[in-house]
Amino acid sequence: MTTTTGNGDVALRARGVTKRFPNVLANDGVDFEIRPGEIHALLGENGSGKSTLCKILTGFYWPDEGSVSVGGDETRFRSPADAHAAGVFMVHQHFSLVARMSVAENVVLGWSRERGLRFDRRKVEAEVRAVADDFDMQVDPQLPVWQLSVGEQQRIEILKALYRGARILILDEPTAVLTPQEVERLFHSLRKMAAAGSSIVFISHKLHEVLEVCDRVTVLRQGRNAGEVDLRTEKDVDGRSLARMMVGRDIQLSRRSRERSPGDRVVLRLADVGANNDFDREVVKGVSLEVRSGEIVGVAGVAGNGQQQLAEAIAGLRRPTRGSIELEERALPPGDPRAAIEGGLAYVPEDRTGVGLAAGLRVDENIALKAVRGGDCSVGPFVHRGRVRRRAADLLEAFDVRGRPDSLVRQLSGGNAQKVLLARELSSEPKLLLIASPTRGLDVSAMEAVRKLVVSAADSGVAVLMISEDLDEVLDLSDRVAVMCDGRVTGIVDAEGADPEQIGMLMMGQTAAA
Amino acid sequence: MRRIRFERRLETPRLLAPALPFVSVAIALVIAAILLLVTGHDPLTTYQRMAEVAFADTQALSSTVASATPLLLTGLAAALAFRVRVWNIGGEGQLYIGAVCAAGAGIAVGGSGLAVALPAMVVAGILGGAAWAAIPGVLRAYLNTNEILTTLMFNYIAGLLMYYLIFDSHSFWRDVSSPEAKLFPQAKELDPSAFWPGFTGGGLIVPLGFLFGVIVAVLLFVLMRQTRLGFELRVVSDSPEVGRYAGMRTRRLVVIVMLISGGVAGLAGASQIGDFSHLLEPVGLQPAAYGYTGIVVAALARFNPLGVVLSALFLGGLTNAGFALQGADFPQGLVGTLQAIILFCVLASELFARYRLSWRTGQATPAVTGQPA
Repeated sequence: MTTTTGNGDVALRARGVTKRFPNVLANDGVDFEIRPGEIHALLGENGSGKSTLCKILTGFYWPDEGSVSVGGDETRFRSPADAHAAGVFMVHQHFSLVARMSVAENVVLGWSRERGLRFDRRKVEAEVRAVADDFDMQVDPQLPVWQLSVGEQQRIEILKALYRGARILILDEPTAVLTPQEVERLFHSLRKMAAAGSSIVFISHKLHEVLEVCDRVTVLRQGRNAGEVDLRTEKDVDGRSLARMMVGRDIQLSRRSRERSPGDRVVLRLADVGANNDFDREVVKGVSLEVRSGEIVGVAGVAGNGQQQLAEAIAGLRRPTRGSIELEERALPPGDPRAAIEGGLAYVPEDRTGVGLAAGLRVDENIALKAVRGGDCSVGPFVHRGRVRRRAADLLEAFDVRGRPDSLVRQLSGGNAQKVLLARELSSEPKLLLIASPTRGLDVSAMEAVRKLVVSAADSGVAVLMISEDLDEVLDLSDRVAVMCDGRVTGIVDAEGADPEQIGMLMMGQTAAA
Repeated sequence: MRRIRFERRLETPRLLAPALPFVSVAIALVIAAILLLVTGHDPLTTYQRMAEVAFADTQALSSTVASATPLLLTGLAAALAFRVRVWNIGGEGQLYIGAVCAAGAGIAVGGSGLAVALPAMVVAGILGGAAWAAIPGVLRAYLNTNEILTTLMFNYIAGLLMYYLIFDSHSFWRDVSSPEAKLFPQAKELDPSAFWPGFTGGGLIVPLGFLFGVIVAVLLFVLMRQTRLGFELRVVSDSPEVGRYAGMRTRRLVVIVMLISGGVAGLAGASQIGDFSHLLEPVGLQPAAYGYTGIVVAALARFNPLGVVLSALFLGGLTNAGFALQGADFPQGLVGTLQAIILFCVLASELFARYRLSWRTGQATPAVTGQPA
């Protein structure tokens, strides 16, 4: 393997890359090219071949055909280590940090500029600080990682790559977990890196961010190149045209229409609800909130601020430590999922195939999961398999799920799994829909479908409590936004005309003042 | 350069699952044949003799069915529990307690006839096994103890209890009617009117317990496939979190599984008393290890109740052959060894239900595990 970090026109180029998996042609002659000093967006739906391409660029996979070159020299990465040696790094959505170690220790873990056994803590800390300062990234190298917020942890992951000499940095949905302020800071740092001659591959589903920060865009569709745009010269490109390129047709993401007013009947009333996490630490610290019929209340906040435990408490999966949860004016018994279901709760949990769907069972069985207790799918103690199957077939059609009733849930794509979940939950004629991270990990078409379902549920009078880290989504879909930070609701604002900056402040714990 | 790799299957081919046990047994026989060769036996003649004494004529078949009877019931007990991921290793102890209760009931009803004795023994056996299994079941469900350990420990307790009743006490089960019996501990025998009848047809003798086993197999099959309880059990075994989310009483389900599984194992104990020994006989019951062999039976059937009938007959045939061929020219321990090898092969074959082997060129393998082409 020979590489040099060249100064030519091209930092990294993939040419005619083809990669086959059993039954899938993941990349079909893909061309991809990044120049030094640019921020380059890689766009595509799930299954479009983005991840496969990135894995080839970073040495996880070998291409079946085609070539990869760095700085003009053709290379063959045998492993991620080879790619690292050539300066190509990837920051994944899931971090690999050791919580108990300090920032500096995490940065040098497994690779240090120093050789030998000696670990000069001070020197490393100074080095890490220097790299961070170069790109205006605020970090304290001495802090243990567990004390850091998600945004700070992401900074450490980027620092790790920079410290090891990254010249080409691939970021996989880096903004998915950040507050608007943190996104701005990330963009600032990325621009500095680009100005210093590094290249950045930016993967995101949020098209307005792509338009804001990227210089060029490459779009993949079904494993092939679907388009390339230079945003610096082509000024008329907008989110809509990018989405069309990704999906191959026009996409209009549903938004909440602001014309209609929600009903005045309170469906869900939370009063001073508290809950602990699995380690008996209080993470929900007295939440009070009301959701009326036909209303969508969005719960915004950085992940890990008690949203999940709050949802579980409402669903009866977690026993609240205090407070009361009333559904349709009736107090729910604590820790009793069945009572919540019978009280009219539909719950679409964040962990779709770990909690919401039994991955090893068939689609029709999953659709009958709750109904099997009632008369619709059973006769006495027996399951009526014919009815289970027919019901599933009907719902799959009504909710436009691509899958057969007898296929296993495990075999479904994320979008189809989410639609199966929604089909089951909404077909129970619920009073309240509790939905967490409704579109996380879904591609644009599935996202569109799910958003539409949520909005139409509210239009039909269902009260919706939607928990999401995606602030854009919360603002697009909600009537009101409750912001959570550190287990408390730091503010409730109308989504209409809400200021993302202000919500960002609330997400960081500054309560609504004046 | 070509390499062999395991690849995850998205879907298990329809015909593969039922074929796996047969392939596993074939491979086990080959491995055992190597052992036989190494120890100086001729594998082919050995296997041929075993097949003859196990399956060749009605007399051989009758012995095989008799040997298969306890294995069928303990196999069903294990199949249900293991299928839903409740690891009940306690079929052995549940069988002992079932035998104790059934023998007690049989002795208690004395000579009042089969119409009283049979239901009394069946019910006592089932209840005894179920109650014995309920203790680890409740501990697992409500205190989250490890049922593998507790059920295993309970086997020892049950075994010692059985010995105590006959050897270390003047219990209700022990014959103390004569001075010799007081000196040489011996169990009370049932009144002959309480002996379970067998069914004969064309020279083939089928014990009542085997018939019970077939009925239980069908019931369990229907339970798992057709009932709401079975549906909930399949959900909870796939993911307890999903079961809880869907409002199922997951703890109660664990206890119910243990009750049914223990009850079936207890019925095996009742059948031992009613069909075969007609008295509580710890010295015969414990070394037979029907409860443990039941786990092999269940695994070979891939935990399908109907499959258990076949695998019980097969392993019953092996056991039968082992007894019939005892002697200088038949390797002692072959049957036990073969059982163990079969279990290994069956467990290993599960890998192929989920993965497949692929031969691909080195270039196509991920670089992380591959070698340069």
